[in-house]
Amino acid sequence: MVDVKKKAAELLSSEAVKVIIGYTEGTGGKPRAAFIQNVADVEKLIFNSQCVMNLAVYLTKAEIKKLGKPAIVAPVNVLRAIIQLAFEVQIQESDIVVLGITPDEKLVEFQSFAAIESYLEDFKMELDAKEKETLAKISGMSLEERWAYWTEELSECFKCYACRAACPMCYCHKCAVEQNKPQWIPVAAHQLGNMEWHIMRAMHLAGRCVNCDACHNACPKGINLNFLTKLMLADAQEQLGYTGPTLKEGNLLSTYNPNDQENFIK
Amino acid sequence: MTIEKYLVKKTSLPVLFDKIKASGKVVKAPKKKSHTTDFADVASFSEVTDDYIVTTQSAKSVAFPRVEKLFNYVKSKDGVQITDYALNAIPEVVMWGVRPCDAAGFDPLNAIFTWDINDVIFTTKLKKTTIIGFSCQNADENCFCTSVGGNPGSTQGSDILFTKLSSGDYLAEVISEKGKAIQALAPELFEAAPSEDKEQNLAKVDVKFTKEIIKEKVDKYFESDVWKEQAQRCIGCGTCAFVCPTCACFDIQDENHGKNGHRIRTWDSCCFSQFTLHTSGHNPRPTQDRRWRQRIMHKFSYMPDRINVYGCVGCGRCSRACPVDMNIAEHLTNISKM
Ligand code: SF4
Ligand code: SF4
Ligand code: SF4
Ligand code: SF4
Repeated sequence: MVDVKKKAAELLSSEAVKVIIGYTEGTGGKPRAAFIQNVADVEKLIFNSQCVMNLAVYLTKAEIKKLGKPAIVAPVNVLRAIIQLAFEVQIQESDIVVLGITPDEKLVEFQSFAAIESYLEDFKMELDAKEKETLAKISGMSLEERWAYWTEELSECFKCYACRAACPMCYCHKCAVEQNKPQWIPVAAHQLGNMEWHIMRAMHLAGRCVNCDACHNACPKGINLNFLTKLMLADAQEQLGYTGPTLKEGNLLSTYNPNDQENFIK
Repeated sequence: MTIEKYLVKKTSLPVLFDKIKASGKVVKAPKKKSHTTDFADVASFSEVTDDYIVTTQSAKSVAFPRVEKLFNYVKSKDGVQITDYALNAIPEVVMWGVRPCDAAGFDPLNAIFTWDINDVIFTTKLKKTTIIGFSCQNADENCFCTSVGGNPGSTQGSDILFTKLSSGDYLAEVISEKGKAIQALAPELFEAAPSEDKEQNLAKVDVKFTKEIIKEKVDKYFESDVWKEQAQRCIGCGTCAFVCPTCACFDIQDENHGKNGHRIRTWDSCCFSQFTLHTSGHNPRPTQDRRWRQRIMHKFSYMPDRINVYGCVGCGRCSRACPVDMNIAEHLTNISKM
């Protein structure tokens, strides 16, 4: 943490950046996001295994942009989100300074987004054994069982949209659930409204989700909505060898190549 | 009526519970669900948990559910035919295991729903609800009921309040006629009052500020930068309002199926960026700090000014549920020191 703090202090005092987006201690010792604007406050930065919130969500928020150029403390989850956001032209290299951080709190400096991309090659976005086990359980259900499982799981959703608000990829100023001319998704948190909301969100995250679990961690009802996106990730991994966001390949499911095979269309 | 005190044995509690169920009333109680502990329909006493500080969601859903169908309509050449809400079909509900903060929350909620017009759906539901409170033996760092006029053994809002004594038996305080009606279902279980002091069996919750001080400060610091500083990490979801026992905002929607349809109300929150968005495109609360200010001002200034009741009971639910740890007690404490 020493070198991260030192770098943060340097960046602030030289006015290379105006704010450090990082983690600090919150209620009951748990981490919370911090927006450090004075060198003296750099000491408040912390990092530990509980720092799972994806801070990249703040990079696209108008209120935070108004603070001026940020440096962001970035474990792998945040780095992946930065690359995906960069591909989607939501952030530019000159907009931010990225302070990569390893699990043992070491600073990793990056001169470019391309450098982040090559760093991430060592951290392939793969599902772990436990995730795969849960997915296998869900995929192994019959159609009826699976419908019942998701109906029950999503019945708890009261549409607070904390999942969306915490997701670095849900940056739309007007989300599809708020479209009302015409209205695509019922506003109410009843069965149909919840099902449509979650299916819609999962589809909008297809090939864009960075599997950081920010949505699930944010959900006050503890809903396993992250397994909707994980299901798609598992398919993308298996069928397309997808291992995470890149600057060139971009959105997995919205890119195409004229040479793509079409022989599966019958 | 004056509060009547009794002893109810630990072993009598399930018996009372069964008698209430047998009377045909709907009973909702804290239940461990797959991810949270919340009020739910319970089949038997064994499903009821007492292992919770407060439930994730408040008890307000009993009178103000997240989706309420207000009326049905059919459109035809001759106009619109409306089928009103069937008020007489509202069942008698017993809310079992309500914490004193949650019980106190029905006052501000009722004040909002009867402010200009009497919202008959809400008030009928509330009239048909009996609140069986349980005092708190445990509190956590998010509880601050004592800073907003409540306490872990407050009888406000409950019809019967149970307090666990050192023996494991309960002091039962019968507070209202509705409470008496519950007692009448099994009068033999209500024995001579215990001598043990109630206070020593309650959680300790330190006073951090008073609601009057908060009111004085927020009225003075409407234009302060404090809102910006506090709201920086707020990501503008609906969580705090949805778990709050006193938040009453809702959206009205028509759901059409051809010529048939119904009008519903669904929960809304002033922290959503679209909450006050005008059709012109103008938004009088364009940034999150304005929306955070609204949340605090509504509870600590506008509500006491207009309906003579504060809009926060100090349950701390919003702090526990907030995805970014916007600890309301911490923010209010800082405001109280300005
Ligand atoms: S955070 Fe949870 S409860 Fe809120 S909208 Fe998302 S899934 Fe539903
Ligand atoms: S504002 Fe928070 S602490 Fe106050 S009553 Fe609502 S949920 Fe409880
Ligand atoms: S605090 Fe906000 S959501 Fe809650 S009642 Fe007031 S205006 Fe409505
Ligand atoms: S205070 Fe927390 S729960 Fe409330 S809107 Fe902000 S982020 Fe959501």
